[in-house]
Parts: sequence; C-alpha cells; structure tokens
Amino acid sequence: MKQPIGTPAGVLWTPEQPIISVVDVRKSFGAFEVLKGVSLDVKKGEAICIIGPSGSGKSTLIRCINALVEIDSGSILVENQEVNDERLDKLKLRRKVGMVFQQYNLFPHKTALQNVMMAPINVLKQDKKEVEERARKLLAKVRLTGKENNYPGELSGGQQQRVAIARSLAMRPDIMLFDEVTAALDPETVKEVLVTIRELAEEGMTCLLVTHEMKFARDVADHIYFTDKGVIVEHAPPAEFFENAKDERTKTFLGQIL
Amino acid sequence: MSDAMLDREHPAHRPFAVLLPPRERRPLELPRLNTRHVVFFVAVALVVAGSAVAQAPDAPPAAATEALIAAPATPLSVIIKWAPFLLKGFIFNIVISIAAMALGTFFGVLLGLGQISLKGWIRKSSWFVTQFFRNAPWLVLLFFAMFMIPFQFTVFGVTIPLPDWFKAIIGFALPVMANVSELLRGAIRSLPSGQWDAAESLAFPRGKTIRQIILPQCVKRMLPPWMNLYSLITMATVLASIVGVGEMLTLTAQVHAAEGGRAELFAPLYGFAGLCFFAYCWPISKLTQRLERRYNVKT
Repeated sequence: MKQPIGTPAGVLWTPEQPIISVVDVRKSFGAFEVLKGVSLDVKKGEAICIIGPSGSGKSTLIRCINALVEIDSGSILVENQEVNDERLDKLKLRRKVGMVFQQYNLFPHKTALQNVMMAPINVLKQDKKEVEERARKLLAKVRLTGKENNYPGELSGGQQQRVAIARSLAMRPDIMLFDEVTAALDPETVKEVLVTIRELAEEGMTCLLVTHEMKFARDVADHIYFTDKGVIVEHAPPAEFFENAKDERTKTFLGQIL
Repeated sequence: MSDAMLDREHPAHRPFAVLLPPRERRPLELPRLNTRHVVFFVAVALVVAGSAVAQAPDAPPAAATEALIAAPATPLSVIIKWAPFLLKGFIFNIVISIAAMALGTFFGVLLGLGQISLKGWIRKSSWFVTQFFRNAPWLVLLFFAMFMIPFQFTVFGVTIPLPDWFKAIIGFALPVMANVSELLRGAIRSLPSGQWDAAESLAFPRGKTIRQIILPQCVKRMLPPWMNLYSLITMATVLASIVGVGEMLTLTAQVHAAEGGRAELFAPLYGFAGLCFFAYCWPISKLTQRLERRYNVKT
C-alpha cells in the first residue's frame, strides 16, 4: 500500500515545517562515495543555493530529492513524505517537485507549446483547453510569446531553458529544482534565464538551485550551502557567507571564483 | 546562340553569383533521371543483349522447338512477349517484401522494447532471440519457416490453408524482426539520457515515456537503416524461388524453359529480372543516402 505524499503515518505536513528535510544522506556510485552524510532543511518559499567545486555532489544531491537518484542511506522528507522508501509513489512525488536541467532536455519532436502542455495533459489528465491557456500564459511569463510554435532546435539556449522552466511550472509544483541551469548557456543569455528564476523566487516558489552564478546567489538566495567532496562544509545567509566565510575550503573556493 | 546564352546557370547570366549565398539543394526530392542515367541503362541493356549474342550457339540445337523451326525469336521479342507475366512475378516479390517488412517491423519493435525492459528475464530472452535470428543465414530462416509451419491448420473445425508464399513472408519477417529489434535498441541508446530524466521529472510513467517521448525520436534515427534493410529484404525475396514460391525468379526460369531453354536467352531474361530489381531498389538506396545526410545519422 503506497502512502500518498503529505500524509505519512498520520503526520500531516504543515507550512511551518521544513518543506524539504535532508538528513545524513549517503550515496555511492560504485566505489566512489559522492555524498558522505549530507543534511539540509528548506522552508516553504525559500530560495536555497548550493555552491561548490565540480564533483562535490551538488547535482547528485538535488537529483535525490525527486528520486531520480536513489540514496543508499539517510532520509529525505518532502512535505513529510519519505523519499528513501521503496513503497514511495515516485510519480506522485514528482508532480510536486519540478526540475530544470543544465542541458534543457526539451523534447525535440514537440513545439515549445507542446513541450509545456504534454505533462499536464498526459500525466495529470487535465483538460486540454485549460492546459493550453495556462501554457500560453507561462510562455508569456518567461517572455516567449510568439515562440509557441517553434521547435526547440529553432530556439537559442536561453530560450530553450526558459521553455524548460515553463514546462516544469505547468505541473504547478510546490518545489522547483534547478541543476546548473545556466552552465551550458552563452554569457549573454544567462541573464534572461536568471531573471526568470529570480521572479519565481520572489513570487514565493520554493527553489533549490545548484549554481556557479555567485552574484545571483548573493542577490536571490535566502541561504547558501557550500559543498566540497560530498559534505556540506558550511552554510549561512548570503551576506554572512560571502563576507565572513569561516572554513578554509570555502575561503579558497571563493578566492578562486570571485 | 552559344551554350552560355542558353544556360541560365552560366556565370554570364549571374555576374554577381559569387556574392549570393550558395543555393541550397532541396533536401528531399526523389532522384531524377537525367541523360546520364539513360545512357547507363542503355549501356546495361547493350551489354546484356551482347552477351546473349555471344552465348548463342552457331547452329540451333538438334532438339529444336516450334519457335525455333519457324523463325528464332530475338531475345528482345521474347522479353517483350513475356514481360507482363514476369512483371506480375515481380509484383509478387514486392508484396512479399512489404508484408515481411511490416510483420517484421511490428514484432521487431516489440522485441527491441523487450531488450530495454526493466525485467531481467524479458531483457535477456529478447536479447537472445534477437541475436539468434540476426546471426542466422536468411535462407536457413526461410527453410525453417517453410518446414516448421504446417501447410494448413484447423481451428474450431475451420481449416485454414497456409500457402507457401505466406510461409515465405514469415521466413523473411524473422530476420527483419531481429534487425529492427537491434536498430531500435541502438536508436534508444543513442538518445541523450536527459530525455529520460526530463520525462521522469515530469512524472511520466515509463510506458508513456517510451511511447510519447522515446519512440517518436527513434523513428527519425531508424528510418535510413530501416530502408536499407528493406532494400536487402526485397533483393532476398528471390530466395523464395528455392522453396517453390512463384515469384519473379521462378517465373523467369519457367519462361526460359518454355522458350526451349535456349542458351542465348539466359542473359537477357535474367538481366531483365536484375534490371527490375535495380529500378526498384536503387531509388530507395538513393533516398536512404539523402535521409542519412539530412539527419546526419551514421548507420
């Protein structure tokens, strides 16, 4: 018997509790331990940035939250639903957690509009007319009016990434995960994507971002986590993090990147 | 009037042509027959006819047929006389090839999906079936189908006969199935894993991911090698003559016998059969090349 998300063992999630609670998560790929006991909490409406050197397990960590990657041990609660549970209804979890990827991953055989409409119609079985209306509004929101009928191959990287954001939002998720979404973009298109994410965060969407954009993290994040070699080295609000980093590794990293 | 005046493409007519972007060729048109092709066909025909003359014995054989006693028919008149009959046989080849391709593709897709199943036993058995039929000679598979399938079967008192051509279709569908299965597996593996990630993160169940996101993208990748396979199967359908199906090669042999088995008719008759296959398969192969270039997919 699968438990519906939000009502595990009779414990209802309330907005005062963390919407995501990660406790001592470990994950290995073969002999290589990517996550060595990671813990973090995200409150509803917060924007959290995870930064750190390549290969420090940032992407793996957020891919664990929507169960794209199964963890070896520890606990991840999303709205009080345990993700590390073989009885987990993954599809139900993923309806609540949207995700945007570094490589956009749009469906190349569908137009921008179809990309946005596909999941609500086919997965959520929502009414086609209503979904189309919402999809057009979402594309307008990410400033892509007029590009509805273009195929991904006809759009720039920044435009594709904004379609991907709209596609995720069309599922009306409670949480959005962003996995280095600007890393594959040209410098001049990075901004248009960051503006979109910033608006989302300001509207109160719970956002968890893996990013290398320090300025963006500083401006938008409510809290910053710094990871290195599979552990969270330190975490703090952005002002404190960038001004008074305590750990040597953080200082070295910031010294290299700023 | 000089050639340059007639030729609109000549630089004299487009003095600034170097400044224009190179004109793109229309990407998908069927190969057009031009003078070069006609010359080529005529040359082939001449070689065929010439070899017929060369093979002709100086004197007619002693056991002469009626036709020979009157006035020996020229190879060309024999072909013209029998062409409708032979072409009917050729249509049969095409029907067998299309039916085998349809049947083989249907089961090949199922088998290919079996190869990426999450259930280990389905994946392993699909892999084994694919490899077995892919690495067996087509003639062996044809014999296999011919002699394993009964000539008729009875369900609820109704006897359904299974003619040889039907069994031949199954015989050819077996290697098509195995090859399509492998093509599909390759196409699926060549898709970026991000497509699966994106579909999964949008809560698509696996079946829907495959049907709505993975398979439609595989069609484009599979089309050129699939057409190649079709060409090969079409040419292989003459193997059915070995097991007695009345297709073109069988009919050609019959015509040859009916014309007295004259040696000088060998080359023209079989040359005609060869030309028919060439005329059918060559445009397919040209189209395949164009698709390959267009999709930039290596086979």
